Amino acid sequence: MSNFMAQWVYSPAVKDHFMNPRNTWDEKENFVPDGVGDVGSLACGDQMRVMIQVENDRIKAIRWLTYGCASAIASTSMLSEMAIGLTLEDAYHLSPEMITEALGGLPEHKFHCSVLGDKGLRAAIDDYLEKNGLPNPYRHSVAKIVCECHNITDVQIENLVKTKQATTLEELQEITKYGSTCGKCKADIAGLFDELKHIYNV
Amino acid sequence: MRFVYLDNNATTPLHEDVIASMNEALALYGNASSMHAFGRDAAFKIEEARSAVADVIGAPSGSIVFTSGASEANNTVFNIFRERIDLGSKRNRIITTEIEHPSIIETVAYLRGRGYRIDLCPVDNTGRVRLDVLERLLAEDVALVSVMFGNNEIGTIQPIKEIVEMAHKVGAYVHSDATQAIGKIEVSMKELGLDYLSLSAHKFYGPKGVGALAVAKDAPFTPYIHGGHQESGRRAGTYNTVAIIGMGVAAGIAKRDRKDEEQRLWKMREMLRKGIIERIPNVVINGNQEHCLPGTLDVSFPHAEGESILLYLDLEGIQVSTGSACASGSLEPSYVLLSSGVDIELAHGSIRFSFGRYNTEDDVAYVLEKLPPIIKRLREMSAL
Repeated sequence: MSNFMAQWVYSPAVKDHFMNPRNTWDEKENFVPDGVGDVGSLACGDQMRVMIQVENDRIKAIRWLTYGCASAIASTSMLSEMAIGLTLEDAYHLSPEMITEALGGLPEHKFHCSVLGDKGLRAAIDDYLEKNGLPNPYRHSVAKIVCECHNITDVQIENLVKTKQATTLEELQEITKYGSTCGKCKADIAGLFDELKHIYNV
Repeated sequence: MRFVYLDNNATTPLHEDVIASMNEALALYGNASSMHAFGRDAAFKIEEARSAVADVIGAPSGSIVFTSGASEANNTVFNIFRERIDLGSKRNRIITTEIEHPSIIETVAYLRGRGYRIDLCPVDNTGRVRLDVLERLLAEDVALVSVMFGNNEIGTIQPIKEIVEMAHKVGAYVHSDATQAIGKIEVSMKELGLDYLSLSAHKFYGPKGVGALAVAKDAPFTPYIHGGHQESGRRAGTYNTVAIIGMGVAAGIAKRDRKDEEQRLWKMREMLRKGIIERIPNVVINGNQEHCLPGTLDVSFPHAEGESILLYLDLEGIQVSTGSACASGSLEPSYVLLSSGVDIELAHGSIRFSFGRYNTEDDVAYVLEKLPPIIKRLREMSAL
């Protein structure tokens, strides 16, 4: 048996969360969310919904649903445990790296699957703030510069993708002029763009 | 823990007689190309294997070229026509299908990138080649038509006889990758009029790393691997004596048991298909239910993702495969399913069960006990 388990593609923590996912949504519970985030795309094989209850600016409870592979299930389950009790600000800054680290790592081609959970949580927090007419000071706080020559952040690109202003790499290039000087960000931005297109189902 | 291996289209275990023959052959160290007694002993055994492999596909012994497997055999065929085109042949177009094995799909991509003209004939929504489209694609400039015998993922069997007749009418040669068909359905090169046929031993209880390309007498040939004059100068490299002997024994068994196996595999496959439909709501059976490899069942479970199904089944000791992107390392689900008109979500939620000679009806019952709660659980967790 141990040999059998050792041949598994995932870490013990991933297996545990895959086999016993925490905080999944259950119809019978009548969970009333304060914020809901839907992310993912069926075309790429994963779709996710994150629901949160907020009390005193903290995540009080979280429920989620996912259509996805073992890494998507495990990373969302892990994220849900990590998020409970956090302030909205801290919850907003939970990153895929923190989730995969807590899971003991994911195979490289599976990292993608762990990105959805934190996006889903952020979308749920955005939804909560918007519904309650509260300012959203976090949205731009996670920005990272991806093109140094033109001072372009991942958040800028995310917004362009989300609002469908940039639906192709060419459009993105035209709007932002990314990569047109030193060009070393090109491959990374192309990857980010694909990832975001997937997340926002563009 | 109970194990139920239902991934026989990926590979099969060695038959015990194959193991015995290979164990014995390990001591046969003579180089089959040597003239002395040890060499002749090995050569004799290899020729025995050649005739067994020829028999299982209804071809003469002399047509068999041993290779490292079906991928090499497929590459060899495409290389023959690449060379003819390079040498200025007026027949400079190749036709194959959208649902071939990667050893053909990737060869096509490689050759197209270098300017060669290759058409991919589409298939209908059961995975059968669209003969009406093929008819339009065929013309006097076509050198080769390559169509697989039975599909590895959905099991659809192609109308090879019709395809051969259509292609021969315009003077094109025809190749079929029959890797999945050997030992399961009747394959006769002679009867079908095929010019080339590929096969691989590990799909019919033989060893991995060995296969064959059968070449009809009048079909052109060019070696793909250059070197020594093994295989009458058709494929260089010291004979893989042990593997070839194992393949020969496996071929003999495949021929001997084929009819019984065909019925037994189909019976188990149908038990599973009916059982799944009875016990699990909202499932879609993929492929062609009339022209299907007897041991292959491909099912889509909407709202349940394939890799998750596969891994939950794995935890119960049941081994299957999936067309989901998550299992492929890319974000693309199976091109075979997509080309066969399967919806993208259904492709992500597809599971292939492939039976083999060591499966029993008890295995089917075990799967039917374990599978429904897994699907139910994943559907409850689904965000769709």
